[in-house]
Amino acid sequence: MTSLLLTGTVRLLCGVRAHWQGCDPVPRQRIYFANHTSNLDALVIWAALPPSLRTTTRPVAARDYWQKGPIRRYLAHHVFHAILIERQKVTAGTNPLTAMIAAMGTTDSLIIFPEGGRKGGPEPEAFKSGLYHLAKQKPDVELIPVYLENLNRVLPKGESLPVPTLCSLTLGAPLRLASGETKPDFLERARLAVWNLRNT
Amino acid sequence: MTFDPQLLKLFGGVLGILLVASVIGWRLAKRPGDEKWRATVANLNARTAAWWVIAAVFAGSLFVGKTGLLVLFGLASFLALREFITLTPTRPGDHRTLFWAFFIITPLQYWMIAEEWYGLFSILIPVYVFLFIPVRSALAGDCERFLERTAKIQWALMVCVFCLSHAPALMTLKIAGYEGQNAKLVFYLVAVTQISDVLQYVWGKTLGRHRMVPTVSPNKTWEGFIGGIASATAIGAGLWWITPFTPLQSAGMSLAITCLGFAGGLVMSAIKRDRGVKDYGALIEGHGGMMDRIDSLCFAAPVFFHLTRFYFT
Repeated sequence: MTSLLLTGTVRLLCGVRAHWQGCDPVPRQRIYFANHTSNLDALVIWAALPPSLRTTTRPVAARDYWQKGPIRRYLAHHVFHAILIERQKVTAGTNPLTAMIAAMGTTDSLIIFPEGGRKGGPEPEAFKSGLYHLAKQKPDVELIPVYLENLNRVLPKGESLPVPTLCSLTLGAPLRLASGETKPDFLERARLAVWNLRNT
Repeated sequence: MTFDPQLLKLFGGVLGILLVASVIGWRLAKRPGDEKWRATVANLNARTAAWWVIAAVFAGSLFVGKTGLLVLFGLASFLALREFITLTPTRPGDHRTLFWAFFIITPLQYWMIAEEWYGLFSILIPVYVFLFIPVRSALAGDCERFLERTAKIQWALMVCVFCLSHAPALMTLKIAGYEGQNAKLVFYLVAVTQISDVLQYVWGKTLGRHRMVPTVSPNKTWEGFIGGIASATAIGAGLWWITPFTPLQSAGMSLAITCLGFAGGLVMSAIKRDRGVKDYGALIEGHGGMMDRIDSLCFAAPVFFHLTRFYFT
């Protein structure tokens, strides 16, 4: 019920249309990685998935944002089962990678934003190394690049009220870590895979 | 609520037309042809399928009456505005202004119509919103392309909200001897604009040779324009019995509606051309976005409203 209301609201605000360019919406274990432009990003990707995939796809989100207030907490824990990670003060005990891998188990998929925070410009900035470590430790999981367009117009940084704008979401072909590929090479290749989806 | 038997007849007529269109489309799809022909037929059939949905939703709102029509057109305004703003390059400084446009000004306009407050709903956006928009944007402190941004937001509100809201506003007119029948006027306006759109498309596709303004729309031809306007006006005149008009008056009204509908399509095409897109959105299969379907209605509604109000109330 809440999830229906939520996807309905997202539709009304962003009209989200998912373009499955390089892969299909099938139940496989995947890591969707996207450019980060607004606080709605994770919600939009999640809402654009078919309902059958939503239950096993979990966004990775910032604890400091989603723990604030009862509504955000309820949504994060009970609706899209987010994996909340620490952005500041990361210690061995709160290493986001451990939490993500544990949460995936053998069935669940993840939605991640490898840029870390939200940036101003449209081009994604350098990716943080988490994606590389996930690719290394979970070689069987498909890494799907996702490009989000226009979402920063719905909810720009620093605003709390949304403005309806049509957004699009393009999902590309799965990426794999090549043997012998270095961390910077892979991260740059992944970043370009997201950025190059803008024109397709 | 007493139900108007004439409306029932009109629904029956629409049902018949859609059935005929579906059968023709089904026949055409079975005929062999090249790639281009098949694409045209597929688009035609997608349009017909969407028409079934549009007709059902519209019939439902007409059946409910004023409230139903206000909700339907209010939602259409919201979706059209969303498409329009998406195409308009606004800046972060416009964010709060746009929030007002969507969530305060649009509902307010339709609420004023629900209240039948003609004195306010006819000037709310042209006067008060016109003054408010630049003030709100100036307070946000961003001067870059200020006049251009302000003008675009004002224009979007005028077309998507103000103009379109005159269609359900027909429900507020008090016409002597026509009390309680205004839903048929809304039907008349929508039917004539949409039939005119379809007939211009059909005449243009079959006989179109001479393009009118190729830089704006390659599909608009003189043959489509004249054939579409003439045949839709004839059909509109033939619908005089559902209106307070005589057959001749009805022909005049339909001529005004169809010409303005054409103008609306032309203007909205020019905007699409400038922004480098073919459609405003992909909301309605085969038709494009909401704006692609209601562009003609936006231009026809206020003029039809005022002609009717001036001469018949």
